[in-house]
Amino acid sequence: METKQSTKRIVIEPVTRVEGHGKVTILLDDDNKVTQARLHIVEFRGFERFIQGRPYWEAPVAVQRLCGICPVSHHLAAAKAMDIIVGADTLTPTAEKMRRLMHYGQTFQSHALHFFHLCSPDLLFGFDADVAIRNVIGVIAKFPDLAVQGVMMRKYGQEVIKATAGKKIHGTGAIPGGVNKNLSIAERDELLKDIDQMVEWAHGALKIAKDYTVENLEWVAPFGSFDSSHMSLIREDGAMDLYHGDLRCIDFEGNTIFDHVDYQGYADLIAEEVRSWTYMKFPFIKSLGTDDGWYRVGPLARLNTCDFIDTPAAEAARKEFMAVTDNKPNNLTMAYHWARMIELLHSIEKIKELLNDPDLQGDDLVVTGDRREEAVGMIEAPRGTLIHHYKVDENDQITMCNLIVSTTHNNVPMNKAVQKVAEDHISGVPEITEGLLNHVEVAIRAYDPCLSCATHALGKMPLEVELIDADGAVVDSKSTV
Amino acid sequence: MSTTRPRVLLIGYGNPGRLDDGLGPAAAATIEALALPSVTVDSDYQLMLEDAEAASRHDVAIFVDADVSGPEPFSVVKLVPVEEVSFSTHSLRPEAVMGLVTKVFGGATTGYLVGIRGYAFNEFEESLSEKAQTNLDAAVEFLTGVLTLGDAAAIETELDTWLTAAATAATAEGDSPCKTERT
Repeated sequence: METKQSTKRIVIEPVTRVEGHGKVTILLDDDNKVTQARLHIVEFRGFERFIQGRPYWEAPVAVQRLCGICPVSHHLAAAKAMDIIVGADTLTPTAEKMRRLMHYGQTFQSHALHFFHLCSPDLLFGFDADVAIRNVIGVIAKFPDLAVQGVMMRKYGQEVIKATAGKKIHGTGAIPGGVNKNLSIAERDELLKDIDQMVEWAHGALKIAKDYTVENLEWVAPFGSFDSSHMSLIREDGAMDLYHGDLRCIDFEGNTIFDHVDYQGYADLIAEEVRSWTYMKFPFIKSLGTDDGWYRVGPLARLNTCDFIDTPAAEAARKEFMAVTDNKPNNLTMAYHWARMIELLHSIEKIKELLNDPDLQGDDLVVTGDRREEAVGMIEAPRGTLIHHYKVDENDQITMCNLIVSTTHNNVPMNKAVQKVAEDHISGVPEITEGLLNHVEVAIRAYDPCLSCATHALGKMPLEVELIDADGAVVDSKSTV
Repeated sequence: MSTTRPRVLLIGYGNPGRLDDGLGPAAAATIEALALPSVTVDSDYQLMLEDAEAASRHDVAIFVDADVSGPEPFSVVKLVPVEEVSFSTHSLRPEAVMGLVTKVFGGATTGYLVGIRGYAFNEFEESLSEKAQTNLDAAVEFLTGVLTLGDAAAIETELDTWLTAAATAATAEGDSPCKTERT
């Protein structure tokens, strides 16, 4: 135990309603004052070693083993890196648009799933509500139409993925230099049948998230919040672009840290620190150092970094979002939900736009060029910036792989959110209830962390809390299933 | 007894990149290739909420998963729908899927779980162990026979008959036919 005399330790393990397994420890002194709060990642990924020695063309399919939650993001990030390896600097319109369609399908289903089935119980019932109803079954019972919408929106996104990647498991749609299929007229028409319904439901989801934030702003604003830098890819003209762009990073006031940087050079800007108490690394901006160089990624960061969104409804929503903070960066942790729903709407608008683009029926699918030995693929995954970095030798074998996944970028912010909520809501409280501990999880859940890369740990995810005294003895415990 | 051909959904799930954890998708792929009439085949890394919607549109739903400790070569369990109050998106059990079929989508689907015994799960490799492949072949042969039956009642009878036979055999050996630890 890493505590001084007379310190109590609270453990929340596993953290529930996030993707994967994590653990929170909160250290309390004799007066129940929080002295330390941390989010630990308790699973080791090890994938970067596994991929070494594999031929480069296997990477876009093989990396999908990393995660059953967001395999498409890894598929596309690896494919983008392998485009560089095979010298394909510019894809054909059909190839690029097929990949974009796949990616917006992934984002749409991921954001819908998170909002309706992971976070909505907290928003609809309250953080302190009876844990017996504060779950998706409770949502189904009280808000059945919403629950069905969540299921059907996720299903629609999955159908987009299937039509573009070929299948849901180990899809092969993106290959080095392009894609291996276009979208048939039949596939297009099937997806177009439900598109307007999806747009309507996305508007409804956005309204829930917006109204919740605005109507509860007084207490939502400080909840787990802190000033931070924000980083994402950005299109050449400053538009939000979830598939491709250059790197932009701003500070908490909106001042530029770096802008329009080619992500092939990300390693010049970003380094990763290792700490002994967690498997997850801590990325930081080199020029700012480990203490000040951390930043946020994901929907909130993307709303803050972009100059505009190139779809009309999402752009109108972005303007409303930015007006809350007088067009300065929004640093509210709970605003992630609102930002995520703006992206949900943006994604379905882009899907509709792409489905009506005849380029998707083109037959020119692959390009090649001069072979290279090192490449970076980067994409804005649903949870944030995803980096795949590879080196490939003359025998076409991968010799080095480095991945920085979205949740890793948000490691420091999630820990800061945990610390903030613990200090604001748990510190000094004589009895720690399940509802209070859920406050900590609510803050983590706002980031939609995916802790499950390369793991396949199924089973129930109980919330287990232990109060442990300075001698390591369990003095109290709570658990829910 | 129904005279129309039953609508059957078969979902194989698991991670093919984790050795025998790919038994479910492997079974699904083999059966899909047979193109059996009125049989819809799907596969995924894990069961998801939308699988309940799909299952609700079928008479019978058969889930196929790898089993780390069940009987060889495979087991069959008739699913009792449950309202699971605490699941995350990557830990939805087939019983919970069936619970959602009833609760959310008003379906009257009968659900079964086929657990194919596997042995190796802890490495990143896309292949099946030799014994798992043998078990897969047996499960596919059994499922193919079941799925080619002409009506839903016959399918359920065949699956229930297997359950009864397994239970009888297990009782004779002093074991439980449904002692499973799925992946």
